Amino acid sequence: MGVTLPILILSIPLFMFLLLGLGGVKMSRKAAGICGITGMGTTMVLAYIVACTYYFSGDIAFIIDGIRQQYQVFDVTWLAFTEKLVVNIGFLLDPISALMLIVITTISFMVHLYSWGYMEHEPGFQRYYAFLSLFSFSMLGLVVATNIFQMYIFWELVGVSSYLLIGFFYKLPSAVSASKKAFIVTRFADLGFLIGILVLSFYTDTFNFVTMTDNPFEVLAQTHGATFMGASVLTWAMVLIFVGGMGKSAMMPLHIWLPDAMEGPTPVSALIHAATMVVAGVYLVARMFPVYCVVDTALTFVAIVGAITAFYAAVVACTQIDIKRVLAFSTISQIAFMMTSLACSRMGLVPEGHHEAYSGLGYMAGMFHLFTHAMFKALLFLGAGALIHAVHSNDYTKMGGLRKYMPITHWTFLIGCLAIAGIWPFAGFFSKDEMLAAMFNQHWFYGAWMTMVAGLTAFYMFRLYYRIFWWEENAEYQHHKPHDGPWQMSLPLLILAAISCVAGWIPFGEFVTWNGQEYHIHIEAPVAATSLIVAVLAIALATLMYAKKNPWPTRVKNMVPGLWEAAHRRFYWDEIYQFITHKIIFGMISKGIAWFDRHVIDATMDGFAKITQRTSVAIKGMQSGSTQAYVIWYFVGALLVAAITWICLI
Amino acid sequence: MDSISNIVLYFVVAISIVVFSIMAVTARRILRAATYLLFVLIGTAVFYFQLGYQFLGAVQIAVYAGGIMVLFVFCIILTQKPHEKTQVLASHRRVLGIGVAVCGVVLLAWALFTMPLFSGMSLTQALSSGAPVTMHMIGEAFTGTGRMQYLLPFEAISVLLLACIIGGVTVARKG
Amino acid sequence: MDLSILWYLIPSVLMFACGVYGFITRKNMIAMLISIELILNSSDLNFVIFNRYLFPGSMEGMVFTLFAVAIAAAETAVAIAIIINIFRKIGNTDISEAKKMKY
Repeated sequence: MGVTLPILILSIPLFMFLLLGLGGVKMSRKAAGICGITGMGTTMVLAYIVACTYYFSGDIAFIIDGIRQQYQVFDVTWLAFTEKLVVNIGFLLDPISALMLIVITTISFMVHLYSWGYMEHEPGFQRYYAFLSLFSFSMLGLVVATNIFQMYIFWELVGVSSYLLIGFFYKLPSAVSASKKAFIVTRFADLGFLIGILVLSFYTDTFNFVTMTDNPFEVLAQTHGATFMGASVLTWAMVLIFVGGMGKSAMMPLHIWLPDAMEGPTPVSALIHAATMVVAGVYLVARMFPVYCVVDTALTFVAIVGAITAFYAAVVACTQIDIKRVLAFSTISQIAFMMTSLACSRMGLVPEGHHEAYSGLGYMAGMFHLFTHAMFKALLFLGAGALIHAVHSNDYTKMGGLRKYMPITHWTFLIGCLAIAGIWPFAGFFSKDEMLAAMFNQHWFYGAWMTMVAGLTAFYMFRLYYRIFWWEENAEYQHHKPHDGPWQMSLPLLILAAISCVAGWIPFGEFVTWNGQEYHIHIEAPVAATSLIVAVLAIALATLMYAKKNPWPTRVKNMVPGLWEAAHRRFYWDEIYQFITHKIIFGMISKGIAWFDRHVIDATMDGFAKITQRTSVAIKGMQSGSTQAYVIWYFVGALLVAAITWICLI
Repeated sequence: MDSISNIVLYFVVAISIVVFSIMAVTARRILRAATYLLFVLIGTAVFYFQLGYQFLGAVQIAVYAGGIMVLFVFCIILTQKPHEKTQVLASHRRVLGIGVAVCGVVLLAWALFTMPLFSGMSLTQALSSGAPVTMHMIGEAFTGTGRMQYLLPFEAISVLLLACIIGGVTVARKG
Repeated sequence: MDLSILWYLIPSVLMFACGVYGFITRKNMIAMLISIELILNSSDLNFVIFNRYLFPGSMEGMVFTLFAVAIAAAETAVAIAIIINIFRKIGNTDISEAKKMKY
């Protein structure tokens, strides 16, 4: 494969960013929108060509004896800091990066198209498209990175674009603080990522993914068995790198930024905070997967964090009123699902009595879910955007009974809910089934726990669905009749709904597995039946409670008021952070530092200034304005210089 | 051994230079101070003649004693009332001035008398050891562009004088 | 008796000292200008003397003095213009009254 298409895939969004960012103010809205959409559409077509070439061409560069290869289209030295610390920049094609190319460009194109309708009357429309292009560029750069440092650079770039887009409505104080929160929390996590990279680079000779993942035991051997606080150095490095992933993917306890990030425009939430950027953490773990496999502790850590986060987020999602917040917590929960699934997969460590292929099942299932989740979660968010567009509120209490007014939104949203709940034959059923099967294989506890979370997922999604589209009609509709959005908004909904219906039938195992070998997906009947039954029961419960207006939800709430309140307040995580940052860090540690700053550092500087000032006041009388006084000074000085010169000469 | 006439001339001129210098800076009437300055300048011109630089002596008399003194006199006439005397100086001021001047003289005298470079060359020897400066040489030096030739500074000086004329008019103009 | 270089330098030094004394003690600006002329004249004389006694073969000292005379003329013209201007402003030429340019 030539380098033209891959370079174009990266450079078209970058060019669009520069064009719209620099020239956007001079463009009309229509021109900017068309520029952004055509740019992204071209990128999507090119990405499809590249991905299809990779998957289907059968070229020996891509597949040898049925094993898919990692292929570096190009990899050039970019920054050479020291002999060891060399940063390359390149384009890596392998099963997961090709998958991500498809996911990112598809969702990004849908969002570009949708935004044309959604953002039509917003000021800063051109700036919005510029930022979207910047994001697409950075995310594509992230997934095709050939080495961990390149990934880190683009990782930060997506962080910046996320910051810019969350704070898009920069006149709203809440949007500004949300963008700052997102940036600071993820930056804080990225500190861990960077330390992890540096630890790794201290011991290994390369940042390159292909070299590292080809022989992870070599990486382990290069650390020479060094340990730190009871764990091997490689474990520490991998855990720290995962901390970066935790920040981006909103794992507990670094999840607090994601719900607030919903202050951004809804299409942005769909693109960045549901479908693409937040799965970067999952992608990172998948990318480094063979290395994670040789340090079991790190993988266990990932699994535990994932399991706890999934449950926590699902519980919180049951009590939120803001529809975007519900979807945000649902995203956190689903990403945690993928993380756990990935971490439940072990290379070569097959539990006894199981088929060998299971060892990599979690990996395949996690990536499969990443794909399907991106589609139906983007669909749900775009649907939520259509609702907000129609009702002008994020609260479901302002909605209700909308199914008659907004049929397209209603049906597509329902498909999204069914998909995420894991109902056959929608996309989510297949990926979730594979994930649960992998978890049961690792340990029955993970499987049972996650089945429960899947039930909760079905419950809260249908609670949301019924509160929006059924329950009781809002009286305000008489004055302002809600309706479906324009075609630019409906078309992406329909396309994504169609994908959500059929994506499950894709033989995903043929394309993406941890070692490139083909894997035949087959439904695990007991697991599938259990999860399906749980999901149906949860939906039935939600139907009972929310299909028509009735006092049951309030009664249930009053039965456990403490729990409900705690879940509604997200188990006080924000308050805990507030306490730690304001009371402990600002109040105690920073005060001492501030005292030192004021009384030692500033005082020194003030002292210099005071001495200078007093000296100048003392000697300013010499500037008397009397010419002859100056002459005396000058002449005496000249005489002294002459005398000294003469003494030195003779 | 220098000729007696040269030695006599030297002493007359040297003494008059010193005396008129002192008078120029101590005279109470400003017009008299300017006249004493004129004598000093003429004495200097005589020294130039004696040292064999006739052209320079002529320039000194024409430009300095002629042109600049006329400027002084005009200025004095424009700004001073007739017969006005300058105020008597405060004594500490005078002591300060004398102190500074004496310091300068002492330092320079010390430098002069410790300088080993000065040979005991007499004026006659000095005059005979170099070719006399002729008008021809001066003319060549001021119109050439080679080494030790000064066409560019010469032109620059003419521009400077022009600038001075304009500047002087502008500054002194009523307004 | 020989007229060596020292004999010529002595009146020059004394002229210079008189100029310094005058510049410091005089109150009238024109008198100060006269003192400046004395100082300048003494340095002109020095150039010529050194040229004659130390480098009799060349004439750079003399040329320099010629330029200095021309520049002295220019300087005097500008200085006198300034003095006349000040006289218009404050009514006399007393240096102690022109003291505004200070801190």
